[in-house]
Amino acid sequence: MEVAKTVRKVVARHAGVTTRLLQILIEVQDELSWLPPAALSCIAQALKLPRARVDGVAGFYSLLYRRPVGCYRILFSDNITDRMLGAPALMQALCTALWVERGKVSEDGLVSIDTTSCTGLCDQGPALLVNGLAIGRLDAARIDTIAGLVRGRTPLADWPRELFQIDDNIRRRGPLLDTEVPPGAALAAALKLGREGWLAELRASGLRGRGGAGFATARKWDACRAAPGAEKVVVCNADEGEPGTFKDRVLLTRFADRVFEGMTLAAWTIGARLGLMYLRGEYRHLLRPLHEVLARRRAVGLLGAGILGEAGFDFDIDIHLGAGAYVCGEETALLESLEGKRGTPRIRPPFPVTQGYLGRPTVVNNVETLAAVALIALRGGADYAARGTASSSGTKLLSISGDCAFPGVYEYPFGVTVAEVLADCGARDTHAVQVGGASGVTLAGDEFGRRIGFEDVPSAGAFMVFNRSRDAFDIAHNFVDFFAHESCGFCTPCRIGTVLLKGYMDKLASGYGAKVDLADIEWLERLLKNASHCGLGSSAPNAVVDTLLKFRPAYERRLQSLEFEPAFDLDQALARARQMTGRDDPGAHLETLREDTT
Amino acid sequence: MSGQFLLDGQAVPFDDGQTILEAARAAGHYIPHLCWHPDFPPHGSCKLCIVKVGGRHVSSCALQAADGMEVDSSSAEIRGERRTLLQMLFVEGNHFCPSCEKSGNCELQAQAYEHEMMSARFAYLFPLRPVDASHPDILLDFNRCIFCELCVRASRDVDGKSVFALTNRGIHKHLVVNAESGRLADTDFSVDDLAANICPVGVILKKRSGFKVPIGERKYDAQPISRVSLEDES
Repeated sequence: MEVAKTVRKVVARHAGVTTRLLQILIEVQDELSWLPPAALSCIAQALKLPRARVDGVAGFYSLLYRRPVGCYRILFSDNITDRMLGAPALMQALCTALWVERGKVSEDGLVSIDTTSCTGLCDQGPALLVNGLAIGRLDAARIDTIAGLVRGRTPLADWPRELFQIDDNIRRRGPLLDTEVPPGAALAAALKLGREGWLAELRASGLRGRGGAGFATARKWDACRAAPGAEKVVVCNADEGEPGTFKDRVLLTRFADRVFEGMTLAAWTIGARLGLMYLRGEYRHLLRPLHEVLARRRAVGLLGAGILGEAGFDFDIDIHLGAGAYVCGEETALLESLEGKRGTPRIRPPFPVTQGYLGRPTVVNNVETLAAVALIALRGGADYAARGTASSSGTKLLSISGDCAFPGVYEYPFGVTVAEVLADCGARDTHAVQVGGASGVTLAGDEFGRRIGFEDVPSAGAFMVFNRSRDAFDIAHNFVDFFAHESCGFCTPCRIGTVLLKGYMDKLASGYGAKVDLADIEWLERLLKNASHCGLGSSAPNAVVDTLLKFRPAYERRLQSLEFEPAFDLDQALARARQMTGRDDPGAHLETLREDTT
Repeated sequence: MSGQFLLDGQAVPFDDGQTILEAARAAGHYIPHLCWHPDFPPHGSCKLCIVKVGGRHVSSCALQAADGMEVDSSSAEIRGERRTLLQMLFVEGNHFCPSCEKSGNCELQAQAYEHEMMSARFAYLFPLRPVDASHPDILLDFNRCIFCELCVRASRDVDGKSVFALTNRGIHKHLVVNAESGRLADTDFSVDDLAANICPVGVILKKRSGFKVPIGERKYDAQPISRVSLEDES
């Protein structure tokens, strides 16, 4: 049987290890195009896991399918920046061209088209994924090309290479993007200092985590080094899912060696032998080049046993793919996912530095943090701390997109003002800036003097620009949809609150909102902030909180009345009855009916 | 380490490793909960046990007590937030208490009374959740699931069967049983399993025993859950 054979082959490739469950599901789907019930049963049997658990994992990730999908699975990136660049119309055009309804499989089983969360190509959007591979810079011509290729059943491998060309768009370089770090040089420099000396340099650099939370890197490494347990682990969080963020994609494309060098440095510092990189499924196109970099590093003795000739310095790195789950960017959810489970955030404490991957002390660092670590090893902590501000040392990569002339990756010293960044990227007539992505801060015009830094406007890297033609309500609405879609569903406030919030925003958008809805929205925001289990839920209402405060007219002009609360359109409610009775005469419409009777 | 903390102004002693909720119970104080169970490690999903410690909201089932903590569990703010969480759970599923055989013995319903929940406040989501009556002794009515995962944990960790698991994500999350057919009858589930006897709401129901206890004699008829819950253990 085809399914059983495929499963056996894939499971064998992963030596039947249950922590590889997500990887196994991804690879089985690669071969079968979806995960039929029999495949889940076979996988469960081969791994000796309950079938229900395998089903549970498969059901958690957006890019895994337990129902048949088209031979070509096309997913349009649905970030606000994609929408602003015309993604909805392009998706409609492709649907029309291929005779398929959004969210359904075409009758011949050839193609299915839907949306997906931000794919990290905001600087070259609108973007889509076809069978997991990214295509950017969509326009009418590209949509025509894609429609033709699908209709002609051209195998993906034979599609024109330039469709899949992804640009780095590095626009402004600082020390991180400008310094040559020959493979092994940072490691050699740190080894020369010894662990204590090297940690002192790292401490002096003042480096704080670039994933958003800003925890001091040296403190994290110190804590993990001191944690009891021999089998420590280094994890690189490359699950760059925050809408509007793409700087890690560029680092992994251009500076992968440096990121791996950072991981190896961490391993040497804390005493780890196992390294894992968690790469978001949407960056799958990077998987092969990253494996090639790892192979090169093994070949020259920078990975493996006795790195740089140092006895006992044994370390290697494996890459795990995600499959469409923003919540896995939360470090404990990421660890669960690495263990082959549903990406549900854990109760903290204990923190990963004492109990992380498989209960072992684990350092989890962002891609950019690890790249910065390598730079610090080479140039010293003081040199690094010379840039930035007192509590935010060094430089920060910003992923700039939206209404500006030059979207791309910019490196700035911390402390740069929003206005300076706007001037550099060619933004004009700017109405609002979203810093830090959907979970970040919405800034209005009078705040453009504020500075990027942990002490003022913290950012995990996203910087989305909106000019005066944009509506702040639409921005917040898009982000609310995003969180409702990405909530893992573990805790009550986030699972239900994000959906209720979306309901209120939909109601306002359709013109049936009332003042009382704004009060309910504010109450929901508070509960989400206070009671959620992890940062996803507590930051889910951020954009609504900010825009309600700073752009309130965008909400109020959508209210049908500031007093009355119509929950629905009474006449519209009769539409179905009209359709069923085949009536469309004046007596079947509320307004005309009223006229008749008077 | 042991010591004492203040719960709504009253001193509560605790032993090393005890959580706020455990220590409070041991001292005869009730903190509301749905997913917490004395025989299992804290789960932390329902969030009904939220309290305020030093101005921050925390799950009292998961946070270890510390000396000198000032814990707010019954302010109007916390009670209001708990009521909203209950309202959310009521609109999320399909809860028709008058016709539910768990009525009077249901923790969700009892919590709603405890928190004086007079309306559901939000728009109902009315999800489509088919029931599973395939098993000879047990009916599964998923309409009432609140995702406490007690059945999942009991079946996996105590019964050793893993009959239940959660699948999908977010608002689409739901229970599945351990069979390709998706039918409980095709699993090794038994009416004597702990998992068959642990559901706090009306999802896992024993057949041929519904409505046997007359109104007035049901678990939460005479006393509120805040009393019954503490008496259960003592």
